[in-house]
Amino acid sequence: MTEKEELELFASGHRACAGCGEGTAVRQILKVAGPNTIATICTGCLEVVSTGYPETAWEIPLIHAAFENSAAVAAGVEVALKELGRKEGVNVIAFGGDGGTFDIGFQALSGMLERGHDITYICIDNEAYMNTGIQRCSSTPYGASTTTSPTGKYSIGESRPKKPIAAICAAHGIPYTATANIAYINDLKKKVKKALETEGPAFLHVFAPCPTGWRHGSDDTIEIARLAVETGVFVLYEIIDGDICNLNVTVKPKKRKPVEDYLKRQRRFGHLTKEDIAKIQQEVDEKCDRYGLPKRE
Amino acid sequence: MTVKITLGAINKEHGSSRKYKTGGWRTVCPVVDLEKCISCYRCYDYCPDAAIKKIENGIEYDLDYCKGCGICSKECPVKAIVMVKEEK
Ligand SMILES: Cc1ncc(C[n+]2csc(CCOP(=O)(O)OP(=O)(O)O)c2C)c(N)n1
Ligand code: SF4
Ligand code: SF4
Ligand code: SF4
Ligand SMILES: [Mg+2]
Repeated sequence: MTEKEELELFASGHRACAGCGEGTAVRQILKVAGPNTIATICTGCLEVVSTGYPETAWEIPLIHAAFENSAAVAAGVEVALKELGRKEGVNVIAFGGDGGTFDIGFQALSGMLERGHDITYICIDNEAYMNTGIQRCSSTPYGASTTTSPTGKYSIGESRPKKPIAAICAAHGIPYTATANIAYINDLKKKVKKALETEGPAFLHVFAPCPTGWRHGSDDTIEIARLAVETGVFVLYEIIDGDICNLNVTVKPKKRKPVEDYLKRQRRFGHLTKEDIAKIQQEVDEKCDRYGLPKRE
Repeated sequence: MTVKITLGAINKEHGSSRKYKTGGWRTVCPVVDLEKCISCYRCYDYCPDAAIKKIENGIEYDLDYCKGCGICSKECPVKAIVMVKEEK
């Protein structure tokens, strides 16, 4: 490990719940990015737990934007640095939660990608609007119970599939897109490094469980993140130059575990029946076949 | 008419969250057996709160900040970390 990686640029004392995946994600991302980094962030748990005035957990310059415009503010930072002739050697990262990325900040994100700014956009995905009390988002997977997609006699919970945000970003033709997961730290770090080294826009979609919203034990965060990959629910891949027909799967489980192993660990899926799980399994199987992942155990 | 634009809240004290000790949140506390530890630093990598320090041949906890989530204990490949009930 290099000296830079020993630095803790996301400090202790932040107020994230015990076992929050966002802490692990941001700590590791900043270890790769290092101190010569300027970040923007929109509202959401990550911002709320780390920047309660007058304190901050960040050891790098951070600008808190509105919910809609982390990408737009980062674009302004990047253009200003270039105008001043000070962009060389400086990383610009825009952070957003899934709500701030898939839904509310999507327009600003799309514009930033399309204009070709030299920015790495990182979405920390916990599959709902957690900071305001677990509301469903276009990132929420089918079958998950949230406070605005509650399960009940006439409802399975969330009724729509998860929006394929990484593929949508890649389809802008950007040079680098990847999905990552906090259980696979080496894979995550490699992708952060590649994204930052890429000239032009890069998009990283980072899967980070939320014990409070997913309703699992605080000690289960990493195991559940790993199970998402081992079951094929969340596939780890890279897309170069927006070529979405040629995605490169970076972590292939030797044998895929049944999705039930992943679902049954989280109470947001606790209501699902055998038939519901079979339906989800079939969809995951079809997706994994398309991605060339191994067959199920 | 001139409009005066005031600056937003600016905080120049980077890392100042460390003033707030989250250790008080703990209900269970990690205890490491350094005899068993193989210094893989998986616990260090996964800790969401940067509450584990690397030392020669092992790790050390920073109990001022450890929230007692139990991730380190669960992810340790040689089960060198146990969680014990916090004595108040
Ligand atoms: C325009 C606007 N709408 C709503 C809110 C309220 N709000 C603050 S945080 C948040 C949820 C954020 O969800 P997400 O982006 O997924 O991040 P998470 O909290 O899950 O990490 C909402 C709805 C706001 N601050 N601004
Ligand atoms: S609600 Fe979820 S995302 Fe927010 S701080 Fe708690 S564990 Fe983290
Ligand atoms: S219990 Fe959680 S917060 Fe405490 S050291 Fe282990 S991983 Fe870090
Ligand atoms: S995970 Fe276990 S073996 Fe590895 S450094 Fe931590 S205590 Fe030691
Ligand atoms: Mg969210």
